[in-house]
Amino acid sequence: MSTLLEVSGVSVTFDGFRAINNLSIQIAEPELRAVIGPNGAGKTTFMDIVTGKTRPDEGRVIFGEKSVSLLGLSESRIAQAGIGRKFQKPTVFEAQTVRENIRLALKDTRGPLDVLIGRKARDSEDRIRAISDEIGLTEALDRMAGSLSHGQKQWLEIGMLLAQDPRLLLVDEPAAGMTPAEREHTTDLLVRAARTRAVVVVEHDMEFVRRLNCKVTVLHEGSVLAEGSLDHVTGNQDVIDVYLGR
Amino acid sequence: MERPFLARNPSVLWFLLGLAMFTIGVTVLSEAAGLGLVSTSFLKTLGKTLCLCLVAIAMDVVWGYCGILSLGHFAFFGIGGYAIGMWLMHARTEGIVLPTLQAAPLPPTPQEITDAIGNQIFGVVGSSEFPALWAFSHSLTLQLLAVVLVPGLLALVFGWLAFRSRVTGVYLSILTQAMTLALSLYFFQNDTGLRGNNGLSGLQNIPGLEHRSQAEVSLWFFWASALALALGYVLFAAVVSGRFGSVIRAIRDNEARVRFLGYHVEHYKLFVFTLTAMVAGIAGALYYPQAGIINPGEIAPIASIYLAVWVAIGGRGRLYGAVIGATLVSLLSSWFTGGSAPDINLGLYVIRWTDWWLVLLGLSFVLVTLFLPKGIGGLFDRLVRKGDAP
Ligand SMILES: Nc1ncnc2c1ncn2[C@@H]1O[C@H](COP(=O)(O)OP(=O)(O)OP(=O)(O)O)[C@@H](O)[C@H]1O
Ligand SMILES: [Mg+2]
Repeated sequence: MSTLLEVSGVSVTFDGFRAINNLSIQIAEPELRAVIGPNGAGKTTFMDIVTGKTRPDEGRVIFGEKSVSLLGLSESRIAQAGIGRKFQKPTVFEAQTVRENIRLALKDTRGPLDVLIGRKARDSEDRIRAISDEIGLTEALDRMAGSLSHGQKQWLEIGMLLAQDPRLLLVDEPAAGMTPAEREHTTDLLVRAARTRAVVVVEHDMEFVRRLNCKVTVLHEGSVLAEGSLDHVTGNQDVIDVYLGR
Repeated sequence: MERPFLARNPSVLWFLLGLAMFTIGVTVLSEAAGLGLVSTSFLKTLGKTLCLCLVAIAMDVVWGYCGILSLGHFAFFGIGGYAIGMWLMHARTEGIVLPTLQAAPLPPTPQEITDAIGNQIFGVVGSSEFPALWAFSHSLTLQLLAVVLVPGLLALVFGWLAFRSRVTGVYLSILTQAMTLALSLYFFQNDTGLRGNNGLSGLQNIPGLEHRSQAEVSLWFFWASALALALGYVLFAAVVSGRFGSVIRAIRDNEARVRFLGYHVEHYKLFVFTLTAMVAGIAGALYYPQAGIINPGEIAPIASIYLAVWVAIGGRGRLYGAVIGATLVSLLSSWFTGGSAPDINLGLYVIRWTDWWLVLLGLSFVLVTLFLPKGIGGLFDRLVRKGDAP
């Protein structure tokens, strides 16, 4: 187990408001990590920083064994380096079919000319099928993504994440709006993905986090409040005060 | 197993079939080849309409599929027209001037020939010098290259600057309008060397084809326009289908999300913007020899806005929609503004269509936007879906 992502001393200020305050987090490969924290704790902003959407004011974000700094890279470069992301609000391409959505995400060439005239990866249909089986959407492959239920869209987005075959998956509230049975399926998906990769899951639902059965990081006001097993952090007095004891 | 491209896109096949039948029909009815039921001037109108359809599908790809509302693509069309027009004027003037000079006792020097041609072309703007812009006007090959390269390079540089700074939406549209305005003002200036507001004229007279009748030449241009439209349609259908099409539609709907999938959104936009600008240049190069004249008014900002209106009325995001929109609106426009439409006498007020056509067009635009957001092409979808229902 080696360190894949190292965030150290990162701060972000939005119009004078410090959303991330001297945040340091390390993620190993493979690892499953849950990040919890009250609303506005900075969980999504943390993902924004790692994926290049938000530039921090200070600090370092280092990725991979070559210790590449992610700070100067564009969103697309970071994605190509092996970081995939699922958004808090499911964002799939509603006007395209489930198959097209997965195909877009599938690990393959990304340049315009390659995509236009490059030969179709021979096994792409098989890979699409494998992913749609995994997320339970094989029956819906030819349906428009916009016609899926909320839970199905969440899965499709997780499927797109898997299709990218990233080394690090950042998953923002994957179980929101899901039925208990769907949640269970989602947990399985994430646990399985984390066998070979680093997976960071942001989630509010404690039951869900418990089922993930992994190390937990508690964020509060933009920095780490506690870290360890779920039982460890839920026993921490600071955590009880700011988060659980509300 | 991957099926062939045309089998996956039956609408392309239908379009090509329709276009072929239309071309054959018009040919049979034309003055040059047959019955003479289609006059040469109407034949030119039809040929020009095909060119407008070509620039409209280019507009549809850049706007309807990739989501870039460019209000500058008609400028690329105009530049294509100017590029070919320069060769046409040069070569034709040379053809007129040479015999006179050679009739003189002393054979003319190359400088004298150049001066005589320059005098003929630029006399209207009080000059006889060949401006630098005309350096290649003696060569058909080079000017044909300019037809695609000048719009392409302009689009590449403009697009690179705009997309790299992530200018999108309304701001990008305004920027393209500014580019168009700057271009048309530039073309208007006498100093530019493109004959100012006189523009280029006599473009219907093709050097080397003087002994052919206009009826014949027009038919050839009509065929060339039909061929260009067919090729352009197939090219764009290939661009908007498959994974590339999927990527650009995704960019249209949520470009930030596409970045997180690892695509360089700017490269895709630049590719589409430049490719469509080049096709627009080709369309213009076929259009203006049929129109006979081009002047800077042609590339005024409003022309590019009309182009967007055609595509919106025809239905964006479907290539045949752009064809429908361009055909319908441009033919109606020339009917109404050409004085053929009967005025309506209301007693107190006479509705003259030459004045009221724009109002009608604006009204149709509003109505289509409100009640047919997918344009006229969207009606086809409804019909097809009805047909599919059990
Ligand atoms: N682009 C932005 N501009 C201004 N403020 C922002 C921006 N993005 C985030 N914030 C603020 O930063 C703080 C952290 O937001 P963030 O979305 O990271 O919280 P979160 O932990 O994901 O919360 P939630 O559980 O509600 O999703 C919030 O107070 C938010 O209002
Ligand atoms: Mg959040």
